[in-house]
Amino acid sequence: MHPAFSVVFFTTATGAGYGLLALLGVLGGFQIIPADFWLGLIGIGLALGLIAAGLLSSTGHLSRPERAWRAFSQWRSSWLSREGVASVATFIPAGLFGIGWVLLGKTGGWVSAAGLLAAVGAIVTVYTTGMIYASLKPIAQWHSRFTLPAYLIFSAMTGGVLLNALCQGFAIGSKMLLAACVLLTVLGWGWKLATWLHNDRLEIPTTANTATGLAGGTVRSLEWPHTEENYLLKEMGFRIARKHSARLRQITQALAFALPVLLLAATFALPWPFAAVPSVLAAIVQFAGMLVERWLFFAEAKHTVTLYYGR
Amino acid sequence: MTCLPSQTDKKLGLVIDLDTCVGCQACVTACKEWNTGGHMAPLTDIDPYGGHVDGVWFNRVHSYEHTTEAGGRTVNFPRSCLHCETPACVTVCPTGASYKRASDGIVLIDESKCIGCKLCSWACPYGAREFDSDVGVMKKCTLCVDRIYNDNLAEEDRVPACVAACPTSARHFGDLGDPHSAVSQLVAERGGVDLMPELGYRPTNKYLPPRAHTQRAASVPAKALEPVRAEGGFLGWVDRMLSN
Repeated sequence: MHPAFSVVFFTTATGAGYGLLALLGVLGGFQIIPADFWLGLIGIGLALGLIAAGLLSSTGHLSRPERAWRAFSQWRSSWLSREGVASVATFIPAGLFGIGWVLLGKTGGWVSAAGLLAAVGAIVTVYTTGMIYASLKPIAQWHSRFTLPAYLIFSAMTGGVLLNALCQGFAIGSKMLLAACVLLTVLGWGWKLATWLHNDRLEIPTTANTATGLAGGTVRSLEWPHTEENYLLKEMGFRIARKHSARLRQITQALAFALPVLLLAATFALPWPFAAVPSVLAAIVQFAGMLVERWLFFAEAKHTVTLYYGR
Repeated sequence: MTCLPSQTDKKLGLVIDLDTCVGCQACVTACKEWNTGGHMAPLTDIDPYGGHVDGVWFNRVHSYEHTTEAGGRTVNFPRSCLHCETPACVTVCPTGASYKRASDGIVLIDESKCIGCKLCSWACPYGAREFDSDVGVMKKCTLCVDRIYNDNLAEEDRVPACVAACPTSARHFGDLGDPHSAVSQLVAERGGVDLMPELGYRPTNKYLPPRAHTQRAASVPAKALEPVRAEGGFLGWVDRMLSN
């Protein structure tokens, strides 16, 4: 599948944004993180900023963005429409929580309720994003039990590492949060390795035989219907990543998982304000690594239409 | 509405005979000619005379070499929308632009609602949908809705353009929901198959597999031809000496 940068950035940025929003909503709403104006402003601002930037980027993927409002209508059948509804609906409790927690400095009561609702909205939105990909049967690497948990784990992981960077920066970092971030990153790493292992061993029942209805023997593409690459090959016959996939997987592991774990471990050992440096670096490096991971997620995915072209 | 009708009154579709298709591309050309002025017009061509030709086509004919124990053969394979009974291309559409008609089962796109997100083309395993980057919307086969119900055409012309154009009658059009229709009978008689049945899209269009290989072909008594011109030089001398 062609990795359009708008979609790669969209899913990575909103994943981190919703993860951060959910954690702020729960931890802030229940006073586990103290209500602090600047921490709150930057935290909520960063979460909503990432979400808004991602959503804007996703409309950049549309050829007719002026009709994007129509995408809220088909939530009964379409995961993409559900994602649109959930993402916009989440802004309401998130905005209320921001007003209560940051501007009024309140917790408890309606502020906690808004925080909790924002967290629920964030999780639902990430769930719908994952389901868009997990529900696509023609792409076996996506239509697997690994896809949906991956979106949820990576959202919690990148959101958690961002929150840790913020808390370390404001000198309210906790060992609990730090340990949770290390655990989430290791969990994400393990999940990604398991996904790659699963995909590499995938036995796809759909073959050139079933695609053409020609039973038995071998079906070899003799001649394409066209001499140049068409829309189908440009969009779904993307092959560059398969050439470089081993190296790109190493880069993903280094940036998204290994380096962040090392930097977070360094944070344990350092006092404030020095602890803030590796924590912030971990968040930045991990975000870059997740962009590579998401790029590979698209580029390594193989669509059944390529069977018609002998690819 | 992108929810699917629980059932359709008719299941209009095509039956394509892989035994008789000669790969002449007449259906491809006729489809393009009709539809570039039809319901989903235009079928944009980009850089049509340049080095990077691209464009929207509803029907593409591939050629394959099918090799089995019985022998090998070339199979020409027309590929277009199969108007599935459970088309995921419709249900994934976030705007309601894609829909399946309850009356005849044809899968269509309302261009004025399409946002060009391309998700439907990802959801189609058959590559039936092609994006028109010039107009910014997705396009697909309409089963020639503007021909099959067109009172301005003579009755025999009220079939999809590809069917009308086929010189070997490899393409048949009809109601596959009616077991007594000519197309249903043909499918039953020839063992018509679904493409990628394992994905569960339940395509309406059926493909008739090539007939079995036969051993009744005429034998060829003539010897294989040999080169006429004599070799020169030393090897030519050896050849002449040994031939005597």
